Amino acid sequence: MNVTGAVQTAENNLPAPFLAWFDSRGWAPRPHQLALYAQACAGNSTLLIAPTGGGKTLAGFLPCLTDLTARGRPKPGSSETGVGKGLHTLYISPLKALAVDIARNLETPVSEMGLPVTMETRTGDTPPARRQRQRHSPPDILMTTPEQIALLLSHNNAPIYFGGLKYIILDELHSLVASKRGDLLSLGLARIAKLAPDAIRIGLSATVAEPDHLRRYLVPQTIEREQMSSLIQGQGAVTPDVSVLASEEHIPWSGHSARHAYGEIYNIIQASKTALVFVNTRSQAEMIFQELWRINEDGLAIALHHGSLAKEQRRKVEAAMTRGDLRGVVCTSTLDLGIDWGDVDMVVSVGAPKGASRLLQRIGRANHRLDEASRAILVPANRFEVLECVAAQDAAINGELDGPPPRTGGIDVLAQHVLGMACSEPFDADALFEEVRSAAPYQDLTRETWARVLDFVATGGYALRRYDQYRRIVKNEAGLYRAAHPKVVQRYRLNIGTIIEEALMRVKLVKKRPGKSGKPGEPSLRGGRFLGEVEEFFVSQLKAGDTFLFSGQVLRFEGLSETEAWVTRSFDDDPQIPSFYGGKFPLSTYLAAKVRDILADPESWQSLPPQVAEWLGIQKWRSVLPKADELLIETFPRSDKHYLVCYPFEGRLAHQSLGMLLTRRLDRMGAHPLGFVASEYALAIWGLNDMSGVDLDALFDEDMLGDDMEAWLAESSLLKRTFRDCAMIAGLIDRRLPGDEKSGRQITVSSDLLYTVLKDHQPDHILLEATWSDAATGLLDIARLGDLLKRVKGHLAHKPLERVSPLAVPVLLDIAKEPVYGAANEALLREASQDELIEEATRLV
Amino acid sequence: MSDYSFHVAGIRVQPDLSGAAWFPDLKTLAVADLHFEKGTSFVRRGLHLPPYDTKATLGRLGDVAEKFQPERIIALGDSFHDGQGPARLDGDDVAAIQRLTRNTQWIWIFGNHDPAATRGIDDLGGVALEELCLGDLTFRHEPQGTGGEVAGHLHPGAAIRQRGRRIRRKCFVSDGASLILPAFGAYTGSLNVCDPAFREVFDGSFRAHIIGREEIYSMAQAKLVPDRTGP
Repeated sequence: MNVTGAVQTAENNLPAPFLAWFDSRGWAPRPHQLALYAQACAGNSTLLIAPTGGGKTLAGFLPCLTDLTARGRPKPGSSETGVGKGLHTLYISPLKALAVDIARNLETPVSEMGLPVTMETRTGDTPPARRQRQRHSPPDILMTTPEQIALLLSHNNAPIYFGGLKYIILDELHSLVASKRGDLLSLGLARIAKLAPDAIRIGLSATVAEPDHLRRYLVPQTIEREQMSSLIQGQGAVTPDVSVLASEEHIPWSGHSARHAYGEIYNIIQASKTALVFVNTRSQAEMIFQELWRINEDGLAIALHHGSLAKEQRRKVEAAMTRGDLRGVVCTSTLDLGIDWGDVDMVVSVGAPKGASRLLQRIGRANHRLDEASRAILVPANRFEVLECVAAQDAAINGELDGPPPRTGGIDVLAQHVLGMACSEPFDADALFEEVRSAAPYQDLTRETWARVLDFVATGGYALRRYDQYRRIVKNEAGLYRAAHPKVVQRYRLNIGTIIEEALMRVKLVKKRPGKSGKPGEPSLRGGRFLGEVEEFFVSQLKAGDTFLFSGQVLRFEGLSETEAWVTRSFDDDPQIPSFYGGKFPLSTYLAAKVRDILADPESWQSLPPQVAEWLGIQKWRSVLPKADELLIETFPRSDKHYLVCYPFEGRLAHQSLGMLLTRRLDRMGAHPLGFVASEYALAIWGLNDMSGVDLDALFDEDMLGDDMEAWLAESSLLKRTFRDCAMIAGLIDRRLPGDEKSGRQITVSSDLLYTVLKDHQPDHILLEATWSDAATGLLDIARLGDLLKRVKGHLAHKPLERVSPLAVPVLLDIAKEPVYGAANEALLREASQDELIEEATRLV
Repeated sequence: MSDYSFHVAGIRVQPDLSGAAWFPDLKTLAVADLHFEKGTSFVRRGLHLPPYDTKATLGRLGDVAEKFQPERIIALGDSFHDGQGPARLDGDDVAAIQRLTRNTQWIWIFGNHDPAATRGIDDLGGVALEELCLGDLTFRHEPQGTGGEVAGHLHPGAAIRQRGRRIRRKCFVSDGASLILPAFGAYTGSLNVCDPAFREVFDGSFRAHIIGREEIYSMAQAKLVPDRTGP
């Protein structure tokens, strides 16, 4: 495409009110805005890649707004208004808040130009009455989320509703496609392509490593040829100004709190106009927020924002942010995406950045103008994180990107979609198969898998076909599948979506007062306000009297009341329960390789803080530093145990799987491993016997991914949670039914039973397969483990030592209660049963 | 250690990994709390489980009967999860139970889940009784603390803590005078023997015979730990 020519024409074609509006603001339309406009006018679906702050959203809406302007305000009573009219433009975002934010931002040009356009948002938070109305009389532009699309498509008026659609705008597409929500959306888009074949799709994305994945996702695929949308690459931003905090403090060996650097983070906030402090987990956010206020002698306006805070509280912070009232916000990834938070001039990223692209997106939150460099400071929480931060800094400066490979569509999501289509109108199995395969994530779906998915939706699968409850679609006289019962439709709509919330408990702040019963020491508690929600898993670990951090305060846990956790305010400064859980994202393959390079190359240590360089120096002297392509394995005794520590740098999940498999093999070799602990960077196994004599090549052989893995999975309960998610998405288990608010705990119990029973009686059930494939890429990270074993084959560097090495210290410090392989449990049982005998024999009295 | 045994009221008993107790001198096998048709009982609560728990329990029962070739099998009550259980059995399971009751002297002891009123149990063969005395032993469902009892009902389980790790399994529990068997059924859980309920049965100290993967581990009471208590 000749961009310049197209831009020229486009500018000429941009309607006068628009040119005038740009003028009135002292702006000129940006080249990528005009290029996108030209593509859309030519009827081409297009992907626009531009960094944050490039006027991307406005670019996406320009074609739709000009088209609506040309249409003019419809006459009252015409077919284009009121009941029976369809949508003109669909805007889909991954975040509810983003949809709301975009609607607000778009309000300005629309009202200033006086455009004849109606727009509304529709999310899970939209009141039912309005949602009902929107279904019958939609606005011109609907701003919504993937779940709502699925819901709207399940109604029988979908052909009218979507039939007149002209534009579909997919915002933050890079984020949408990377999950099961992306799978669900792709299936919805495949249906919309049938209903409105001419609608133009516009994808908006941050900079990604592989734009072609998104270009394919955006348009319907055909069996004959790969289809791709057009592509417009916006101008790159100025190279960001990224540095790693050169801490004056002692950098910890392990841990993730970054506590040593709180003072320095405070100084950064003080020196900035508005700083965003990104952390990886909710509990980390709580802790830093608390500590910053403890040293906040200047009373700087520092706020807290994360996903489990009460909605009103988040809205307050967001509003203050937009007004520019805040100096600092401590936040989790809820603020990662493109919401415009006004004048942020500094991003502080605490902890490991995990991936180069992820870091760049965070950095992009600062300085929303393209011509200014974004400023960011990385704060590593421990010594290994220093290496990771330095690697990420290099990547950010050089504009290098990483990212996950494109997804293969989830089977559970497909099952949900199939039912949704039956709810809308009876379908022909072959026609729907073709339609599904036009969605890029399902392009390679086989007819055999398709038949099994259909069978699952129709019967629940062999093991469950005895029950009517699982018979959700049936064939009608015409041979088309329809929903078996109106109740099925109702259940589908209640259970739609792919985000399975962790079971959450409401945290309620109560007050103590002497009980009416008058019993001493048993004060009754009386109601107070809700502070937000925490994971049930976390609450289940607490006992009455434990203190923990939440919502920026130290709270004392009092007890449970159904789905509420009752707490009182505590005057402790130090919460007893440190609530750190590692982040969800593993270190990216790309950064891992860079970290290994740094380790192997002492020349590069100049850029490291002196204490970290010194640490590596001692390692070199005491043990070995592995070459970039080597896997270092150290063995050494310590107190009454023997250790084997290796350093693959492949992320905690892959290490954990490796640990499970290695201990199993070591046990078979007679080495009696007792346990292991996995960190992002290393794996440590300990046992009663010296492991330096084992055949390491055999131990680390790739064949562990065969029988050993199968045997492990057969015994392990690890996959139960993954199964629960799949079963809920596929509709085997309900999230909630009217009048029957199941608590998360109940759901877990029943899905565990189902899992066990299916595993015993129908091990090839399609949901078990879905569970397995989810776990292989997620929880167990088998794909990455496989790559690791391939990579290190013939490159094992074994170093027997007399004592622990400097590199091993962090992972040994991490040793906590980790599950061990079953045989060790048996050994412990045996040992315990023998203790009595030994005690008897050695007793002195 | 497959022939590991101890004595209850002077009579030798061999605890089996399956959870059954074998009394070689009485040629009697005892099993407790089979809870047949527990799976289908969930339907009433809206949970549709594959109805295979009965099959699984029967399969294990067949194996252990094959192993010991008992003359008599005593099911110590709660053999059915509820009074309607026998009516919900599918044909294959009925046949499998009838095979067992035909080939041995089969005793159904009544339990609280399947009291004397349980319908259809007579059609399965065997004899249904409140309790049964054999020599110095009384086989009943709910232990009454009288000594000389072989009972079920409590679903005993035990936990130990060794090298900082907690391990919890089903177990047999005995003070030498009485014995409580673990629940045999497929979908059954267990109650920690540190629970006060066990103090009502055993005055003094007792031992837990913990079911491991390939062995039974005998553990003194002092070695056992209670469950972590919730808030």
